[in-house]
This record gives sequence, structure tokens and C-alpha cells, in this order.
Amino acid sequence: MRKGFPRMHKILPFATALTISILSVCFIVPAVPVKAKQYTMIQIKGSDTMVNLGQAWAEEFMRKRPDISIAVTGGGSGTGIAAILSGTCDIAQSSREMKKDELEKAAATGEPVKETVVGIDGIAVVVHPSNPISELTIDQLSGIFTGKIKNWNELGGKDKPILILSRERNSGTHVFFLEEILRKGNPKGPEEFASSALMMPSSQAIVLEVVSSEAAIGYIGLGYVSDKQKVLAVGRNAEGPFVMPTLETSQNGEYPISRPLYLLTRGEPQGDVKEYIDFILSPEGQEIVRILDFVPIQTQ
Amino acid sequence: MNSSRPLRNQVLEFIIEKAIFLAGTASILFVALIFIFLLKEGLSLFRTVSPVQFIFGANWYPISDPPQFGTVPLVLGSLLVTLGAILIAVPLGVSSAIYIAEIAPAWLREILKGTVEFLAAIPSIVLGFIGLVTLVPLVKAIFQIPTGLTAMSGSIMLAFMAMPTIVSIMEDALTAVPKSYREGALALGSTRWQMIWRVLLPAASSGILAAVMLGIGRVIGETMAVMMITGNAARIPTSILLPVRTMTATIAAEMGEAVQGSDHYFALFAIGIQLFIVTFIINLVAGFFIKRKKK
Repeated sequence: MRKGFPRMHKILPFATALTISILSVCFIVPAVPVKAKQYTMIQIKGSDTMVNLGQAWAEEFMRKRPDISIAVTGGGSGTGIAAILSGTCDIAQSSREMKKDELEKAAATGEPVKETVVGIDGIAVVVHPSNPISELTIDQLSGIFTGKIKNWNELGGKDKPILILSRERNSGTHVFFLEEILRKGNPKGPEEFASSALMMPSSQAIVLEVVSSEAAIGYIGLGYVSDKQKVLAVGRNAEGPFVMPTLETSQNGEYPISRPLYLLTRGEPQGDVKEYIDFILSPEGQEIVRILDFVPIQTQ
Repeated sequence: MNSSRPLRNQVLEFIIEKAIFLAGTASILFVALIFIFLLKEGLSLFRTVSPVQFIFGANWYPISDPPQFGTVPLVLGSLLVTLGAILIAVPLGVSSAIYIAEIAPAWLREILKGTVEFLAAIPSIVLGFIGLVTLVPLVKAIFQIPTGLTAMSGSIMLAFMAMPTIVSIMEDALTAVPKSYREGALALGSTRWQMIWRVLLPAASSGILAAVMLGIGRVIGETMAVMMITGNAARIPTSILLPVRTMTATIAAEMGEAVQGSDHYFALFAIGIQLFIVTFIINLVAGFFIKRKKK
């Protein structure tokens, strides 16, 4: 029977060899240790809010040190923290503090995680430009985002059901807003985002939706604000003062919704990583923070 | 012909047989390993959370203290989007398949078949993005609703993704109907439409059902596009014009945040098991219909 298929006869051994080699490669490759430190590569992962910032820092730093290659990716603060805990990145960017179970996990591996504050982010509450509301208290914001206040007319606006836009749960901004605004500073409070709240996969998605929907309210980092949305002034209570988010008001703490931005490293930063973080804390690095509409920290 | 030939052949035969055996069983092994891993991680949740609360709970607040892991809104969200997509894709898919298999001239048939199959090659994130900037505002404007990020938008976009599967399998089923059926029907004086409706469709019915089931399987497992355009609000849906959160989008959106080994992490795997069970049943039913078709 084979005689009829001389070609088949020649091909089969090759096919077999190929199959075997592919199979063996599959099993052997994971066993070969990845060679680290041949050239200097710094992996940075984490907060979506900080991705652009991280990339700007990295570009500038790589211009000074062409022998170092820095890769910055997003995914959310939680993703970054998980990566620094599992050792798949060198620096994690985080827009929130580490949670209790994350700290426990870090402690369990023996090497503590070091947090360095590298900037401040003001979170702006935005609505559609046609919305007549221009200021809200934290209590009112909490009421809106938990779903207690359902219609804009309860706040003196138009008769329109409120469309709540939130970031997804892997976002540091989500957790910060939940604890500072919905729960009014008590992280263990009972308040939750209304189940009708839309969980948007990115800040850009919130920007897009606020621009297109008259009934929407959402929150985004100062860096994402443009003149297509209306930014609300926020007051700690009904007496005010109602403060617009700006560089000054976030830095001096007058604006109530601002938060520190962190870089996380395993143990004290060393070598190239330390040099990179020192660069970020330098006036030059902090100037980049300012250019990207975040708030620089006051260095001594 | 020298005498070593049969021996060489025997050795070759042996090696080939074993290699193919290894390749064949490897996939079974991988499936089994994946399933065991999924079960191990997912079932760990039920050490601390009752299965009743997980399956029948109406609130999904995984990062609260105490967390609530009710998956009813997620399961209903997935089912609603899938149902919508199938209601759109099946009539379109059936008509398209009938046209391609029976009515279109040969040259057009090849073009149409190629184009439909090309639809399958568009990455779902691209479809999701296109949907986000074109379909979502359209749905919002047409139905006069506060946001276009709804189950409806998801269904329409997913219908596009299920179309290639449905059309190509259905078209195969229709062309597999023996020519004598068509000739018999036409010889008895039926019109072309009567022949398609009364003879071809019933004869190919199991293949059509299989196509629909596989289409459902494609839709329910879809993640990226759905996450981008359905709004992701974990609320029990009461209308197709409201935002919903699907099982797949929940896993994708929250896996990055969940601390490995936490209840939240296990809960996402448990959703994975739910999803696995649903798609498994769908594939089983589809397999049953395909088998019946072959008899």
C-alpha cells in the first residue's frame, strides 16, 4: 500500500521528528532558567492612572541612561501589587496603599515592600457640560454613588435619573473613591456602589461616556479632565467651602479628594532602581509630574 | 527492495504510532489538568462561603467587608446577552446560509463564504472598540436611554461574532443534504421556496441546531467586546436596555485585583466552573445533534 504513496513515505519521518521536537520543546523550555541581568531591564507595572506618568519618567530617564531599558505597563494598582509580590516586576506603581491581606502576603515572603510617595493625584468629579449642578458635598456624592439619590432633580437639577459611572474594581481610583467618598473616610463602612453603577474598564471610557450622556456622573484623575466635561467643586459639608480641583488645592489639601501616588519596591530600592526613583523625586522628575497634570510632592 | 526495508518500516511505524498517541493523549491530559486546577481553586471558595449564597445570592460585592459573592446578576447578565445575540444571529445566519448554499450563483457563493469566514478573523477587541464608538451611541439615540452601554449593544455585537460559526456550519449541513431530495421535491412540482422550507431545512435540522448551539458557545464565552460595551453593572437585569455584567467580564476585570489565595480569587475560579459547566452542556448538546446528523 505504501508503494502508492512514495511521498508520504518520505514525509512521515520528518513529521514524526517535528512532532517529537515540538513536544519536547514544550516540556523543556519552561525548565530553562531565564537569564536575568544580562542587560539592565526594569519592569514596571500597575496603576492605570500612573501609566502615562511612568512612561514619561522612563523616557526621560532612558535618555540619560541609554544602557537601561524600562518597560511600563498598566493593568491597575492591584495588578501591579500582585506582580511585585510574585516577583514578576521590579517596581509597582500604585495609586492606593497596600491592603491588609497584601501586606500579610508580603510579610510571609520575608521581604517587606517599601512604599515611596512620588506625587499626588486629585480626583475630579465630572458631569455632562449641560448639567446645571456645579457643586456637591461629600454627603451628596456618597448619596449619588450609593444609589440613595436617584434623580438629578433631588439636587436641584433636571428631572433625569442619574447615570453612575465608576471605575472597575481592579482600579486604585475605585477603592480610593469608595473609601474616601462613599464611606466618607471610614474604610470599613457599610456603603457600597449602587448595583446600577456602570463599571468602566478605563478612565478614558468614563470620559467618553460623560461626554455623550447628559445624566452621567463619574470620577477621573485630574490628568484626564478636558473642557468637554464639567468639573464639580466639592465641599466637605454643606457650609462649604466648595473647592475646585487644581494643582494648588490638591497640594495644600483644600480639595478633599486627593491621594498620594506610590512606587513599590521589594526592600529598599538599590542600584539602577534606586537611581530611577531618585530621578523621579528630583525637581526634574517632579516637573514631569506637573506637566502631566498631577500634583508634585514638595521635596525638601 | 533490500531486506532491511520491512524492519525499517516496522521501526518507523512504531515511532509514528507512539508519537501520534502521545500527541493525541496530550490534549486529553491538558484538558484534565485544566479541569482539575479549576475545580481545586474554585471549590476552595466553599470552605468559607456557602454554595447556596454563591448560586442564589443577588449581590456581587467581592471586595467589601464582609464580601458578598452572589452570582445571580452575573449569570443572568450572561444569559440575557447570549439570548439577545442568538435571537439576532439565528434568523440572519439561517437566511444567509440558505442563500449561500441554495440560491447564490457559484461565483458569488465563494465570495460570500470567504467574507463570512473572514468576519471570524476580526479580533474581538477590535469589534468591541468599533461597537463602543459606533453602536453604543446609536443604541442610546434610538431608544432614548441614558446610556448605550447595555445588554442590547452587547447582543448586537456578539451576534456578529456568532455569525461565521452559525453560517459556515449551517451551510455545510445544507450542502450535505443529498441531491436526490432536491430533485425529488422539484419533480413533485414544489417551488424552490417550498423545496427549501419543507424539504431541505427539515432534512438539515440537526446540523442547524448544532450550528446554533456552537454559536451560543462562542457567544457566552466572549469576554473583551462584552466588557467594553455592556456597562458591567452587577444588577439583576430587568430589561435588555439596561447595563449588565457578564460572568466572563467579571473574571477578566477582577482577576488582576484579586489577591492569590483570597476568597475573591477563589470566587472568580468558581465563576469559571459555572461557565465551564454551561459551555460543556452546550457542546454536549451540539455534539449530540452533529452525531444524529451523521446517521
